[in-house]
Formats: sequence, structure tokens, C-alpha cells
Amino acid sequence: MAFSRCYFEVMASGKLSTSRLQYGSMASDRIYLLDFEKPLAELEKRIDQIRQLAEESGVNVSEEIRQLESRAVELRQEIFTNLTPGQRLQMARHPRRPSTLDYVQVISDEWIELHGDRRGFDDPAIVGGIARLAGQPVVMLGHQKGRDTKDNVARNFGMASPGGYRKALRLMEHANRFGMPILTFIDTPAAWPGLEAEAFGQGEAIALNLREMFCLEVPIICTVIGEGGSGGALGIGVGDRLLMFEHAVYSVAPPEACAAILWRDTQQAPQAAESLKITAADLKAFGIADQILPEPIGGAHADPLKATEILKAALLENLEVLMRMSSQQRREHRYQKFRNLGVFNEIAA
Amino acid sequence: MSLFDWFANRRKSGPIGNEQQEREIADGLWTKCEDCGVLTYTKDLRANQMVCPECNHHKRVGSSERIQQLIDPGTWMPIDESLVPVDSLKFRDRKLYSERLREYQEKTGLTDAVQTGLGQLAGFPTALGVMDFSFMGGSMGSVVGEKLTRLTERATRQRLPLVLICASGGARMQEGMLSLMQMAKTSAALERHRAARLLYIPVLTHPTTGGVTASFAMLGDVILAEPKATIGFAGRRVVEQTLKEKLPDDFQTAEYLLNHGFIDSIVQRPELKQTLSSLIQLHQPTPSNADIVAAKLSSHHLITEEPKVLPRPANVD
Repeated sequence: MAFSRCYFEVMASGKLSTSRLQYGSMASDRIYLLDFEKPLAELEKRIDQIRQLAEESGVNVSEEIRQLESRAVELRQEIFTNLTPGQRLQMARHPRRPSTLDYVQVISDEWIELHGDRRGFDDPAIVGGIARLAGQPVVMLGHQKGRDTKDNVARNFGMASPGGYRKALRLMEHANRFGMPILTFIDTPAAWPGLEAEAFGQGEAIALNLREMFCLEVPIICTVIGEGGSGGALGIGVGDRLLMFEHAVYSVAPPEACAAILWRDTQQAPQAAESLKITAADLKAFGIADQILPEPIGGAHADPLKATEILKAALLENLEVLMRMSSQQRREHRYQKFRNLGVFNEIAA
Repeated sequence: MSLFDWFANRRKSGPIGNEQQEREIADGLWTKCEDCGVLTYTKDLRANQMVCPECNHHKRVGSSERIQQLIDPGTWMPIDESLVPVDSLKFRDRKLYSERLREYQEKTGLTDAVQTGLGQLAGFPTALGVMDFSFMGGSMGSVVGEKLTRLTERATRQRLPLVLICASGGARMQEGMLSLMQMAKTSAALERHRAARLLYIPVLTHPTTGGVTASFAMLGDVILAEPKATIGFAGRRVVEQTLKEKLPDDFQTAEYLLNHGFIDSIVQRPELKQTLSSLIQLHQPTPSNADIVAAKLSSHHLITEEPKVLPRPANVD
């Protein structure tokens, strides 16, 4: 399959950091084991031990192993279908979760990264460029987190500065001029709260994107692939469609910050995550998210290729619908989509 | 009641101490400046639009008082006063959100953190929105977003200049993601107002931060601010904690933003009305530029013609 070949070519060519090559089963992935995955990991470890023992002693335990394995499947299903918002937040932030560049490079037939906001900055926390998606030229851009600590420091943990939002706007205007649909990928804890970010107009940069994204005539599809943090996410998040991966989250403020402000206690972050309604299902119910993309059992990082296929199919499907609309219809539709968001009562005067 | 409680209560209700005396003064004839500590005759302070005559400290003013300062007497017509907030998430932190709302409504007499309406500003029909920091820190939830959006849409339809007095801590967390979406909603309405070539002037007052800064506060054709107002996206404490370094004293002040090119002018409050009316007058269509504006309008499909309605006079209360 051309699709998977492309993926492995990317990996082999070393464009991605080496840790990408180590996607293993959760059980062997001790470092990145999340708390709620532990029972599953223990079960899998036991299966391995029994298998090893059986091999050494030559006793046939295949029936026992089959039973344990079916229990493992059940347990996996149980754990991952009933995740709490706090657990989903952990999934969304999983260090092995596929990033924007991972997806972009796999789903596109061609990809040329472009740099710079033409105002003096090239923010590594937002990447973007021109790609060919199933034959169609598109502009793709998104927040980019790092794979490891060093990479993360270089990418500022996916927290963009004004230059990042201005680069994004520049690329989107480029797309608009050449009639290319825009695909954005959201994966950021928040916009960068730094001295320079403030001095160079973080608020202005995000605000301008919000307004200008309503002027664009080309289709815009935004996908929350990991965590959508506040204005930092919305800065590239105004589109005709908002897709969310099953375990992705999107929040008005980072749950930790919210806990610190409202509960005066950062330990209350799981409670805040619960109260703020940040899961894909919640956002679908509010009418903010249009579609939830199912993830492979165990999350997108457990089977990144599968996640990529799901993403690509959803993008193509939505693009097809949007491209049949006129640019005026799209703009009007986009306006109405956001216009209708909000819950309030109107009492008779 | 334990002995400790008894002492605590006694301390609370004890004989009038200095602190209480001062507060009584503050509520009465004289007002003490929070900045320089000088006492001013409250009537004089009000006449000076709550700006300390000693140190030029701009004391916070409520939305009703602000409307009085800016709108010609008898011309204010409030709109969308019937919108009330809803606790759609059944949000509870240390207190129920619905309870909080009730408390603030009783305390301020407002339904939510913004008043909107039409009125004459030095004779010019103007759409005006005034945020009120005393209602949950001026935070933007669904009602604030909806009222500002309706005001902007109305200004677009009636071809009016739009002035928004900003004072807000940002998005209202108790309404979750719907609050965040108000940033996009208000920006969308402003895009149409702008496309119709109409003038929008936000006035940034203390404080204007978070989601409000990252949306309508920074989208003005001309952006004004009050002296020393705090204006920024991330909170100062958050930045300090992230960077673990001391920030410059003027960080995120109106003066800092002026130096960095993000606002046009810092205006003393007593001169605000004059400045706004001059700007509005300078942007009125003239016979020589009417064709340019009209050409742009006809090419804009989104504008539906509606008869111009001049604001009906109503009493400011």
C-alpha cells in the first residue's frame, strides 16, 4: 500500500526524531505508562511470563494464554471506552501521540514546509506548508510539539508566539489567493505566556487571525489532534468544520490554571477537567465540534498508522462536501456556525 | 460557640476602628484615592469623572456612569437588556455558578457584565457597548458575547460607528468552551462591520486581558486606552511564574503597549468623549469619498439594506 510505504519512508529517511521508531506495545513502554493503563500492563506482563515459562518447560498452556488474552482485550476495551476527562487529558498529552508533522507527512503525497511570518520571526511551535492531499493542493499548518525534551524545548512545547500566529495567517492568505483549501491541526497547551510574546502582541496576533479567518473564501477544516488550549488553539481554529480525535480535548483554559484560579489549588486539575467539559463528546454536544474521529484502542499513539488513515479519510470526506459549496456559501455557513454558539435566556421584556 | 469563635466574632463586630472609619468616609462625602491616598470631595471627583485631581489615578467606573459620561443626556437607548446568563454546565467550583450569578446580579443591578445600546455621542448616532468589571471581573460568557455581537450587527445594518469600552479579565471559565467561542463570534461580527467600511474604536480600560484582548479589544480601526490601564493577553503572574524572572514595572500597561505600537493613543478620561467625537466626525463620509465607500458596499453581499433608525431618546438611569 502506497500509504504505509510513504510512512515508513518518512521514518527511514530520518526526518522524524528517532523515538518515533520505538512505538511499541504499551506493556513494554514503561516510561510512558499512564496510571490507568497499569492493570492492563500487568496482565500483559503476566501473559508474557507464562508464555516464557511454557517455552522453557515445554508445557502446553495455550488455553490459559487464550483466556488471559481475551481478558486483556476486554480490559483494554473497558479502560479506553470509559476514560474520565482527566484521563483523556493525559491521553491527549501523551508524549508518543502523533504530532502535526507526523500526520502531515503521512497523509500528503507531497509536502513542502514554508517558514517565517515576514515580520522577523519563524516560530518553530507552529509549522506549515503546501501539500498535495489525494491530488489536491492544500495548505496544512498546525502546532508542533516535540518528541523528546530537547525537541520540546526547541518547539517550546507547542506553545506559539505572535510570530507563529502571523506565520499561520500569512500561509492561510497564501492559500486563499491560490484557491487552496486550508487544513489546520490543533495541539497546544496554550499560547506562550512570555515577556516577548506579550511585547510583540500575542493578543493582537490571535485576534487578527480570528477575524481574518472569517474572510477567507477557501474551505477550512480544523482538527484537534491532541490538546486544544484556549485562545492559543482558537488562533488557528476558526473553520467550516471542527474535527476532534476521540481522546483529544479542547478547553477554555488549561485545567491546571483553572484549578489554580477557581479552586486556588492546582491539585484540583482533574476536577476542573471534569467541570470544564473538555472532551470531544462534550464539544460535539455544544455544537462546537462537528465530528469525532475514533481512535485505535489504546489511543492514536498505540497505532499511529491507523489514526492517520482515519484522519485522512475524514478530511477528504469533509473537503468534498465543502468544495461543492460556493465561497459565499462557505463564508455565510462559517459565520452562522459561530454565530449560533452560546447559551443564554431571553426573558420577555 | 467556642471561645475562639467568640473572640473572632467580637473582633469583627468590635468598636469602630480606624479601618471602619476610613471605609465610612469612602462611602460618603469624601473619597480616598487608592493610589496617592489623598481625600477628595466625592462630588468633585465625580465631576472629574472619577479621576484623582492630585495624581491622575483613573478610578474604576461602572457601566452606567460610563454611559452618562459619553452619551448625550436623554439619547441612550439600551438594547438586549432581556438577555440573562444560564449555568449550562452546572458548574461548581467553591461555589455554584448559578449562585455566583445571582449574587452579582443583586450586587450590581446588572444581568451580566456588559451594557449595550444606541445613543448620540456629541450628536453622532453611535453604537456603544460598555463592559462592567464589577460583574464577575467583566468576564465574557455567552451573554456578553451575544450582546456585543448583536450590537455590532446592528451597527453594521444601521451604518453606525461602534465604540466598545473594554474592562475584562477574559473568558468566563464557568461557561467553559462556549465562552471561548464568543471570541470568534464577536470577531466575526466585527469582520462584517469592517467590510462595510464602518469605524470601530475599542477603548481599553483597566484591566483588559485574556480572551478579550485576543479578540475585539485588539481589532479596532483606532485603539484608545486609559492611562496606566493593564492590557495584556497572559496574566502578569502567569508570565512571571513561567519565566521565573522579574518583569519590567510598566509591563502590560497602556504606556507599554503604546511604546510597542499596539495602541494609538492614551486618552485622559475627561477628554475621552471629545476624542471619540472628533474621530467619529473625521470618519463621516464626505461628498468627495462617498463613491468609494458606496462602491465597496455594493460589492459586499452581506449587507442587507435597512432603513436608518435614529436612536429614540430614553432616560439614563
